[in-house]
Amino acid sequence: MIRYLLGRAARALLTVALVVTFAFVVLRMSADPALVILGPEASPEMIVAFRKAWGLDESIFVQYLDWFRAILRGDLGISMRDGRPAIELVAERIPATLALTIPALMIKIGIGIPAGIWASLHRGTMVDRAVMGLAVAGFTVPSFVLGLTLVLIFSVWLGWLPSGGQDNWVHAVLPIVTMGVGGAAILARFTRSAMLEVLGQPFIRTASAKGVPWGRVIRGHALPNAAIPTVTMVGFMVGTLMAGAVVVESVFSWPGVGRLLVVAVSHRDLAVVQCILLVVAATMVTSNLVVDFLYGFLDPRLRSGARTGGH
Amino acid sequence: MTLSSHPLVRLERLSVAFDGVTVLHGIDLEIRRGETLGLVGESGSGKSVTWLAALGLLPKKAQVAGRVLLDGEDLLGAAETRLDDVRGGRIAMIFQDPASALNPVLTIRRQLGEALALHRGLSGREIGAEAKRLLDLVGIPDAERRLSAYPHEFSGGQNQRIMIAMALAGSPDLLVADEPTTALDATIQAQILDLLAVVRRETGMAMVLISHDLGVVSETCDRVAVMYAGRIVEEGPSAQVFDDPAHPYARGLIGALPPLDGSRRRLVSIPGTVPDPRDPPPGCAFAPRCLHATRDCTAATPQLEEVAAGRRMACILAVHRRALAHREIEFA
Repeated sequence: MIRYLLGRAARALLTVALVVTFAFVVLRMSADPALVILGPEASPEMIVAFRKAWGLDESIFVQYLDWFRAILRGDLGISMRDGRPAIELVAERIPATLALTIPALMIKIGIGIPAGIWASLHRGTMVDRAVMGLAVAGFTVPSFVLGLTLVLIFSVWLGWLPSGGQDNWVHAVLPIVTMGVGGAAILARFTRSAMLEVLGQPFIRTASAKGVPWGRVIRGHALPNAAIPTVTMVGFMVGTLMAGAVVVESVFSWPGVGRLLVVAVSHRDLAVVQCILLVVAATMVTSNLVVDFLYGFLDPRLRSGARTGGH
Repeated sequence: MTLSSHPLVRLERLSVAFDGVTVLHGIDLEIRRGETLGLVGESGSGKSVTWLAALGLLPKKAQVAGRVLLDGEDLLGAAETRLDDVRGGRIAMIFQDPASALNPVLTIRRQLGEALALHRGLSGREIGAEAKRLLDLVGIPDAERRLSAYPHEFSGGQNQRIMIAMALAGSPDLLVADEPTTALDATIQAQILDLLAVVRRETGMAMVLISHDLGVVSETCDRVAVMYAGRIVEEGPSAQVFDDPAHPYARGLIGALPPLDGSRRRLVSIPGTVPDPRDPPPGCAFAPRCLHATRDCTAATPQLEEVAAGRRMACILAVHRRALAHREIEFA
C-alpha cells in the first residue's frame, strides 16, 4: 500500500512539473510581457531595459532553468505589475475563492448525492424523471448563463440579493448557488448511475435472499459499492476548489484567485500566472492522491491488488 | 392430515408477467419436508423466476399472481418484514455465479454474520464462533483467519461453499439452489454437489435443485419437474421420469443425455428453439418443435394431469398413451 502511494505521489509530482513547464513555454511564446505591460508608448530603450531586468533577454531554456532553480528555493517570482512576490498576491486571494468554492462543494455533495440515490431508488417514476430532468438542465446550462439568470431574478427583479462585490456573506450567495447547482446536477446523475449499476448486481439479490431488510441492503450493501465511482467525481470537484471559480468570479466580480488569473493572463504577468497554475495543479493532484488512497480504503480488491503488486 | 404429509411449500397457480408479457403460466408444485426436487428445463423456461417470485425477489415491475404457501401461510401477500424473516430463515437461496453473488467490499465475517444476527439473534463473539463453525462445516480450511478475507481472495468453488454456509446460517427448512454448479469447473461441481448432499443429510432440510444439467438432477433428486416455456410439463419421481419420460419434451431432453451405462448411441437433439414469450404459439407451447404434434395440440393448452400417483404430465398425447397402456395391462 505504501509503495503504491509512493508511486502515485511520484506521478503526481511529475504531473505538476509537466503542467507548469507547459504553461511556462506557452506563456513566453504567446506574447511579450514587455510590450503588454509597458504599453504602446514605451520607448525601445525602456523595453530593452525591462527585458533585461526580468531576464526575458535570455534564451527560453536559460529562463526555464533559472525559474526552476528559484522554485526549488521556494521563490515563486515577483509580479511584473506591482513588484510584490507572486505567492503573496495569490495567497491573499485564496480565502475569497475558498469562501465560494467550499460552500459550493458542500451544496454539490449535500444535494447531488442524496438526489442521485433517491432517483436511483425510484427509477422510472415521476420522481426519478423530475430529478434527472433538473440534473440535465443543471449541467447543460453554462455557469455564466445560470449566474446571469440568477442575477436577473434575485437582484434585478426581486432585489433580494446583490449582484456582485464582497462586502458580506450575502454577496456570496448567488455565486455559491451558481456553482453548486451545476456540480450537484453532475453528481446526482453520477451517483444515480453508480447506484443503478450496483443495484443490478447479483450480490444485492443475495442480500435480500438472506433476509436483509431493504433499507439495510441499500445502506450496508449498495452504498459502499456505489461510493467507489462517486468518490472519483467528488475528488475531481475537490481538485477544482481553486480553479473552478474563474467564470463565476468574473460574472459576480468576486476578487478571488480566478479573477486574479484572468487579469494576470491578460497582462502577461508571468510569475503570477505560473504561481496560480502551480497552486491549481497542486490542489488537483493532491485531491487525486487522496482519491487513490480512499480507493484502497473502499475497495479491498485494489488494496490486495496493490499488496500483491508490491511483492 | 399428519404433519409429514402436509407440504412444506406449495405453489398454487403461480404466474409472473413482465410488462404484460407472461413468462410463468400458473405453476402448481409441492415441496415436502426433507425431500429434494429437481427443476429442469432450458434457460428461459421459468425455473429461476418461479423461486425468485415465490420469495418476492423479482423487481417491482413484475406482476406476480397465485399463492405461495409456506406451512399454509401465503407469502405473496405477506408484509416485507415477514418476508425478511422467511428469506434466509425458512427458505434460503444460493445462486449460479458465487463470485458475483457475494458483496465484493464486505468481509466474509460481515456477510455471514449478517445472516446470523438476523435469523439467530447472535451478536459479537457468538457470531464469530458460529461463522467459524459454518465455514468449517462447508470445508473452508483455516476458517478462523479466512473470516476476515474478502470474496475475491477465494476461488469460485470456495465462494460457493461460503454461499452455502450463509444459506445454512438461518437453519432454513428449504434451500433453493439455482444452478449452483453451472459456473464452476467440472471437478469442483462434484465437490459442491457432495457438500450439498452432506449438508442435507445433517440438517434434514429440503432442497430444490434448479439445473439444466439432467445428470446432476438424476443423481441428486427424489423428484423432478420438467419446465418448458413457463409451465411444468412433466413431474414425477426421478427414477420414473428418467427411465420412462412421457412428455415429448422430457423425452427429447433425456434423449439428449448420453446413457450412463456407456452404450454408444446417437444423441438426439430437439429441433427449433424455445418460443418467444411475447408471441407464444397457440395451444401447447412445445407443439411447433414436437415430432408427434397433431392438430389437437394447437387447439388448447394441455393441463398438467395426474396419470399415476405423483406422476403428472401436460401433453394430450402422452396422457392418452398412458391411458391406453393402462387399459392394455388391465386386459392382459
